[in-house]
Amino acid sequence: MVNLTTTDERPSATTCGCGGNGNSQTRATQPLEKTRGRWNAYVVGAGLGVLSWIAFAVVDDPLGISTSLSAAAGACAVPVLGSDGVAQNPYWAKNAFVWNYGMLFLVGTFLGSLASVLTSRTFKVEAVPTAWAQRFGGGAGRRLLAAFLGGIVIMYGARMAGGCTSGHGISGSLQLALSSWVFFLTLFAAGVATAALLFRKQPKQ
Amino acid sequence: MDFPLTGETARWLALPIGMIFGVLLHRGGVADYNVIVNQFRLRDFTVLKIMFTAIIVGGLGVLALHAAGHATYHIKPTNLLGVVLGAALFGVGMVLYGYCPGTGIAAVATGSLHAVVGVVGMLVGGILYALSFSWVEAHIQKIGAFGNVRLPDATGVPDAVWFVLLIAIAAGVFWWLETRFKPSPESDAT
Repeated sequence: MVNLTTTDERPSATTCGCGGNGNSQTRATQPLEKTRGRWNAYVVGAGLGVLSWIAFAVVDDPLGISTSLSAAAGACAVPVLGSDGVAQNPYWAKNAFVWNYGMLFLVGTFLGSLASVLTSRTFKVEAVPTAWAQRFGGGAGRRLLAAFLGGIVIMYGARMAGGCTSGHGISGSLQLALSSWVFFLTLFAAGVATAALLFRKQPKQ
Repeated sequence: MDFPLTGETARWLALPIGMIFGVLLHRGGVADYNVIVNQFRLRDFTVLKIMFTAIIVGGLGVLALHAAGHATYHIKPTNLLGVVLGAALFGVGMVLYGYCPGTGIAAVATGSLHAVVGVVGMLVGGILYALSFSWVEAHIQKIGAFGNVRLPDATGVPDAVWFVLLIAIAAGVFWWLETRFKPSPESDAT
């Protein structure tokens, strides 16, 4: 049932100087099957807003991800640091791995996305996404290394700032929290600067 | 029934609420590396459209719920240096990874192998933060510590004015995006 099309996304065809290939915009490098079933961004945003009402009024626990993820990191550190080492760590002492609301929310996020992927038949194994391949080529090693390093940096930053795009960006900003708006604006500026550097135009060959 | 719910009922509601969150992230297109990265390249504004709409719709509802006594605010502390440094790292990491923590989890379900590797990276990042936590608390989080402040408290400008302002900005930006915005010609990855 899962549509495992193996469209070759590697950049042999896409790193061209795309000036004169004359293809219409329908020759999107983004494979069509991946964008199938997408909903209007404003509808999705409104849906997240309404979901926030429920999160505040029904369970008194705003949407958020990174606190639980760093508690899960504690569980992952047990083999290296030992369970005592983890338990005595002052961070994990406050934020220990337990199957609480936040941890189940994390599982729910994965399951919900999976259900959406399966019902829209958009599952596709991807190691190198289009935008990356166009700039850096189709090698999986570089992409996976960047994703790994990016994951380390984003989580360290999320913990230092006290939240992520969900906890600060949506839940915090909608409460007009000063910290969350500082987070949102700084994150966006840093991201635009990083993208400008990372994806700057290559010299013509 | 008294709201908010507590105990086991509330705990297990995390699954359906989380699932709706996951469905919305995926259907919104933000479980896709290209959509996230092209937001920061200013070629695809899906992320901002979703976030700003969520903030306004969510914010007005939560404001009303709070006024009626049905919601409690959960304001994260403004430790200015920590928030600014953390957000800057977050922005760099988000472009490198191509996802944020929530969308990364959602992207794992789409078959994105680099999302999986990034989740492992995030776990490592969480471990590194826990190991450096005492130092960060002592040396970074105390600088510019203004407490759990809301914009209306910090400025004296009431909630309603903030939301009118946000709606005006969003309306202008959305109108411009929908009628005037043309992604640069080489942005063939939507």
